[in-house]
Amino acid sequence: MKTDQLVTLLATGVEPVDPRAPVRRCAAAVAAGVLVAAVLMAAWLGVRASLVQDVAVPMLWVKFAFVASLAAGGWIAATRLARPGASLAGVPAALLAPLLAMWVLAAVALVGADASQRATLVLGQTWNACPLNIAVLSAPVFAAAMWGMRGFAPTRPALAGAAAGLFAGAAGAVVYAFHCPELAAPFLGTWYVLGMLVPTALGAILGPLVLRW
Amino acid sequence: MTVREDRLKDFLVRGLAGDGAAYHRFLGELSGHLRAFLRRRLARMPDDVEDVVQETLLAVHNQRHTFDAAQPLTAWVHAIARYKLVDFLRRRSRRDLLTEPLDDELEVLSSADADAAEARRDLARLLETLPERQRMPIVYVKVQGLSVIEAARLTGMSASAVKVAVHRGLKALAAKIRDAG
Repeated sequence: MKTDQLVTLLATGVEPVDPRAPVRRCAAAVAAGVLVAAVLMAAWLGVRASLVQDVAVPMLWVKFAFVASLAAGGWIAATRLARPGASLAGVPAALLAPLLAMWVLAAVALVGADASQRATLVLGQTWNACPLNIAVLSAPVFAAAMWGMRGFAPTRPALAGAAAGLFAGAAGAVVYAFHCPELAAPFLGTWYVLGMLVPTALGAILGPLVLRW
Repeated sequence: MTVREDRLKDFLVRGLAGDGAAYHRFLGELSGHLRAFLRRRLARMPDDVEDVVQETLLAVHNQRHTFDAAQPLTAWVHAIARYKLVDFLRRRSRRDLLTEPLDDELEVLSSADADAAEARRDLARLLETLPERQRMPIVYVKVQGLSVIEAARLTGMSASAVKVAVHRGLKALAAKIRDAG
């Protein structure tokens, strides 16, 4: 087939394209994934009973803001990386800002604490369960985000997979925060970050395999 | 440069709204730009240029829903052409033959080459290897130019199934190129 014939073939009988359709499909899948994660959390771990009393504790809101802003940053990174040639300007800053803010809070908490208290601030009561729980809760969102990404054309599949994974990890962390009792910044800056990095790394590995087009 | 970008972008935007004539002009002009761009990059593989031009055109068509009219067309086209070129070179394991760096995206629409060589890979033959359910809708709608309604009547499929089959079939065609190497 000559190139002119291909051009004619491709241009024949074209239907109008709705550029919002794949975004809507992706958002619906991701919403379903978050819902599955929430049901999983409620059934498997349970919503923490003292959550209502803690609404007066500023650190609870800092915790939710931390994971929610990382989820937002991951979503922005993923939607940019999904389109060929889209600019990534501002994305690294959007992802680093919440991380650095949490680490500054963690450093302040550690410096201000007694030496004997520092290990408790970092390890909390649940350090050994936290990363795994976040990774497990992020799984349904991860599947939805990777499926959604396949409807686009990422030219950097490892980065695109990592961004989808980071979004899923942060969404899983938001869900997990309804169960998790920990409020110390050193804990959040360590174990939450580790938990979110699991799907991020998985996405970076799977991206080149499943996001080809 | 910006005049060409604006002109081509206008054709594409109208094409995305369903204007087949504008879309035809977009793809036609784009193929000249892609040919010039790829001919420079594949200077030592001149016989492969037209294959990559066609593969890139198919990719542009299949991924046209990812074009954001708020973004520059040049960056979008360059990213697709670069991706397909790197994919091609990876398949050939001849990245070392790349004669020029790939990163100057402003170059992609800056020159054109209307002198099409014969493609080595025949897309028409590859089209014949698609399953019947995808091939017939493509033949009716894209090759013979029948309406979706007519194609639906001839195939016994619903109109929306015909549209989906055309879309999936062209994506399957791209996958066949990718896997065949």
